[in-house]
Amino acid sequence: MSDALLKIDSISKHFGGFTALSNVTTEVAPGERFGLIGPNGSGKTTMINCVSGLLRNEEGKIIFDGKDVTDLKPHKRTGAGIARSFQIPRPFHTMTVIENLMIPAEFVGHHRGEKGDDRAEAMEILETMGMAEKADDTTLDLTQIELRKLELARAMAAKPKLLISDEAMAGLTGQEVDEVIDILFKMNERGITIIMIEHIMRAVMRFSQRIICLDAGQLIAEGTPEEIVKNKDVERAYLGSTDG
Amino acid sequence: MKYTFEIICMLLIVGLFVLTQVVGNQFYFFIGFVILQYMVMATAWNILGGYGGYVNFGSAGFLATGAYTAVALINFLDVGLVEQMVAGGIFAGLLGLATGYLTLRLRGVYFAIATLALAIILETVVAHWDYVGGAAGTSILPKRKPELLGELIVDRKAGIFANYKEYLFFLMGTVAIISVWVARYIENSKLGRGLNAIKDSEEAAECMGVPTLRLKLIATTISGAMMGVAGAPLASYLTFIDPLSAFNLEYAINAIAMPMIGGTVSWAGPVIGALLLGTAQQVSSLWIQSELNLLIVGVVLVVFVIIAPEGIIGWFRKSRQGSRR
Repeated sequence: MSDALLKIDSISKHFGGFTALSNVTTEVAPGERFGLIGPNGSGKTTMINCVSGLLRNEEGKIIFDGKDVTDLKPHKRTGAGIARSFQIPRPFHTMTVIENLMIPAEFVGHHRGEKGDDRAEAMEILETMGMAEKADDTTLDLTQIELRKLELARAMAAKPKLLISDEAMAGLTGQEVDEVIDILFKMNERGITIIMIEHIMRAVMRFSQRIICLDAGQLIAEGTPEEIVKNKDVERAYLGSTDG
Repeated sequence: MKYTFEIICMLLIVGLFVLTQVVGNQFYFFIGFVILQYMVMATAWNILGGYGGYVNFGSAGFLATGAYTAVALINFLDVGLVEQMVAGGIFAGLLGLATGYLTLRLRGVYFAIATLALAIILETVVAHWDYVGGAAGTSILPKRKPELLGELIVDRKAGIFANYKEYLFFLMGTVAIISVWVARYIENSKLGRGLNAIKDSEEAAECMGVPTLRLKLIATTISGAMMGVAGAPLASYLTFIDPLSAFNLEYAINAIAMPMIGGTVSWAGPVIGALLLGTAQQVSSLWIQSELNLLIVGVVLVVFVIIAPEGIIGWFRKSRQGSRR
């Protein structure tokens, strides 16, 4: 896979003496639905922070769309086509829902020289999420699932090539989880590559074409959902040793 | 009409000029200057504090940078007021840029502490700098018969203004109106929207393509420069300047309190706050007691934090929304 959209080349990240990520290497193909799993504290969010640029990996390289983005600031990476949602929603709470979407539209879209109708485009994204009616509400009036959808909608407004969904479903009901998965499928059909970080196994297994599993900062397994389910190392990471 | 606001600004500047020609009592210009100066300070503070969410506690440091730039220039070249204000703005703007760089990793209360520390450091430096008067201060004698672009500005008979109070009042009023225009422009610009995003969540803003560092540096520079311009005429106004009066904490407190009382979300907030609080302070300190003005700030702030935490603007918007629903 030399034409990977995202290449993570042996990256490591330390916090003082603690190794959060150690020598992780993987690739994500264009258009792929990629799952990232692992127990709590295994380094999933650290890895995503390194990819989106909020953290800098001390070692290794991150290649996106053929370019080395290791030293780029997050906003430049967003400009290059990496967008993310946050695990704990971080809406721009003094703005309305549609204004939230117009920030990336203005700062990323215009920077790329796109001259469309921001508002109409934002509205279209909200419609695909079933949130059109909420467009002029402030984010303080939103429910938990609406906040999660807003996170995804705002990331979409940056017109990414790669969307990273950081636990967009944690704490949602079964029906709501299905709703969010449907949204992610729809995005993927539009050609957007998606990395899904998730604890809800049902969701990751259904959504992903390929999954990697992290444990204590190390990549311990990689494969299709079926392979991951049968993988002994993954089982051990989640349930502890089954030998005794 | 597209330029309604600009036309109103122009008319206000003309109005200020007419006032200086019509009103004979210098006293009004004397207190008017202070209120207008606070309007600039509050507006400048709000660009960083209200739009960007970074609380600057060192406003007095920027104001004093402007004031002492003026003093140094008077001593060195004996330049006129307008040149002093331009230079004061440039130096305080550079200080703002430097502050932005040095404190870019600090957020919230840590940023506030750093800016306060900056003002204290500057005060210490100035107190030991004899060229501008040191700790004892220095007297400034306004230039006699100053000229600007070949016109005689201040002269009892032949000048445009009969005295310095009128000239200072007009200059500060013009600066105030330009500052408000700039603030309003920023508020409705990409810069303003980006700063708002930073205020709400800096990490989310950065991940949504907002170049947070660059916008913060632009904001600290513009804000600092405005304060410097407001501070430059201080020496000429007081005809005496020492570190204690230039670095007075009152400037920092008022620059925060006025936007808070008026409302930080809009350019009109600092204007309303400065007019209300500035007038109340001047009236009370002149007619009742000079120490009363700080007490007023304290009491008014407490009242507003309780009944209208988003200021007068926020309070009006809320009651309008309430009646719509």
